[in-house]
Amino acid sequence: MEWETVIGLEIHAQLTTNSKIFSGSATTFGAEPNTQASLVDLAMPGVLPVLNAEVINCAAKFGLASNSTVAKHSVFARKNYFYPDLPKGYQISQMELPIVHDGYLDIEFEAAGKSDGKLATKRVGITRAHLEEDAGKSLHEDFQGMTGIDLNRAGTPLLEIVSEPEMSSAKEAVAYMKKIHSLVRYLGISDGNMQEGSFRCDANVSVRPVGQKELGTRAEVKNLNSFRFIEKAINHEVERQIDLIEAGGAVVQETRLYDPDKDETRSMRSKEEANDYRYFPDPDLLPVVIDDAFIEAIRAELPELPDAKRARFESEFKLGADDARQLTASREVADYFEAALAAGGEPKQAANWVNVELAGALNKADLSLGESPVTAEMLGGMLKRLADGGLTSKMAKEVFAAMWDGEGSADEVIEKRGLKPTDSSEVEGIIDGIIAANPGQVEQFRSGKEKVFGFFVGQAMKATKGQADPKQVNDLLRAKLKG
Amino acid sequence: MLRQGLKLMNQQVAVSGLKIPGVMKMSLTTEKVEQIAYLARLALDAKAVPEYAENLSSILALVEQMDTVNTDNVEPLAHPLELTQRLRADVVTEQDHRDDYQQSAPATEAGLYLVPQVID
Repeated sequence: MEWETVIGLEIHAQLTTNSKIFSGSATTFGAEPNTQASLVDLAMPGVLPVLNAEVINCAAKFGLASNSTVAKHSVFARKNYFYPDLPKGYQISQMELPIVHDGYLDIEFEAAGKSDGKLATKRVGITRAHLEEDAGKSLHEDFQGMTGIDLNRAGTPLLEIVSEPEMSSAKEAVAYMKKIHSLVRYLGISDGNMQEGSFRCDANVSVRPVGQKELGTRAEVKNLNSFRFIEKAINHEVERQIDLIEAGGAVVQETRLYDPDKDETRSMRSKEEANDYRYFPDPDLLPVVIDDAFIEAIRAELPELPDAKRARFESEFKLGADDARQLTASREVADYFEAALAAGGEPKQAANWVNVELAGALNKADLSLGESPVTAEMLGGMLKRLADGGLTSKMAKEVFAAMWDGEGSADEVIEKRGLKPTDSSEVEGIIDGIIAANPGQVEQFRSGKEKVFGFFVGQAMKATKGQADPKQVNDLLRAKLKG
Repeated sequence: MLRQGLKLMNQQVAVSGLKIPGVMKMSLTTEKVEQIAYLARLALDAKAVPEYAENLSSILALVEQMDTVNTDNVEPLAHPLELTQRLRADVVTEQDHRDDYQQSAPATEAGLYLVPQVID
């Protein structure tokens, strides 16, 4: 039987606020256990939550950037369950009236069976995005047979972004997640750090026979904190469900935990019976009401978003779709590119240097763009020399390596090392000499032996000790050999 | 919203009269009561369960009676006060008082609160 996969994602993005969503505790990552847990976070009797204004700004930014409705009236609710890292016995979240709802994002992904090399596109609906507080952390290492609880993370603001069940492959799910990741980082509302758990995802996965309208029973796969894991976990879960059904079994609606070490999902039975959260409006918090003026003020603050930036890069700099996509995938790279270009380089050359040479060097040294020893200004200085003929592309590689090693700016390296492309009259003279000295090869070339061309290039580069611009050599040789 | 709430109550009185339900349509089984108690982590005396079932069922019956009122033009009420949420500036105002707070905890170690082991 042919099967169709249906995937919906719930993404939790931790918001980059200074203080918690309902208390004045700090949210700094990695602090000593419980040093950022106030009486509110500890759920001491008599305390009341007071909402942080910044989380409303963050949610509204996301809503506007995801073509969603930003609700003028939203309500916080209690989600009741017992777990030691949730001392109140309920999580403050939003249920019936979330702050953001009914939006969409367009994603691009490699589709199976598409042979023209172009990416497929798809519009994925965003059901809702709501504000909630994070729980604390349970440390299951052995403390004399007990569990250790750190409540520093309790009360950290989260935006939970829920998609429609509209993705039909792990690749689409990854593309959607990357899109959201890029968006929240562009907006500056989340650092998107997956290692630290600031950006994580649960996937609702089900399968159904092709052509069937009703959705199959879904399983929720938790603990997906890398783009690689989400793809593997979904593929694994789809296979498990198909095998199960084809063997005569049935999928049970449950929560499953992905184990990256074993590359499998397993049932979390302990959470199953607790799945009755008995939501109700939190009487400690009043409805959140915002007006048009607020929404318009937030709209005015929005930065240029990835899709718009990409379109501008294509039209303003005449870049290809791939280059523009790669450069705008993160705001940092896009800003670096534009800063480098501002020094006077040529856009296609600049794109190539940022996407290939710089990206390769950073990857090799395991550095992030922010840690690059070659700043945008330095690369820009080099690109300017490339564009004005002060460097050949071969010399540029040498200059880049020298800048990387801390030898200063491009101009400093050029001067120190005495780099200078051989000028064209000099190259012409050399080429004339080579042509005169090799009449046999000239004859062969003129009679159609294209291969001999390489011989001339080799001779010319040798004679100029590799300092000549290969493109210039090529052009001159072609012109002169034609006779 | 408060006015709407009152209007709703008045409507109900007008439409159906405020009957104390004698016949219960929606009734809770004792198993359901036990499950609710478990979810709320309440220890019930087994002998008291039938009585709880009966009392809780009367409340549900009353709710069911309210459900019969036409509320098409009434906005759902999230809070009885006609006020909106005040917001706080995003500033860290709390200092570290871990040592004070942990004095009342039954067990701590390395700055952590210790609880009976939880297994996922």
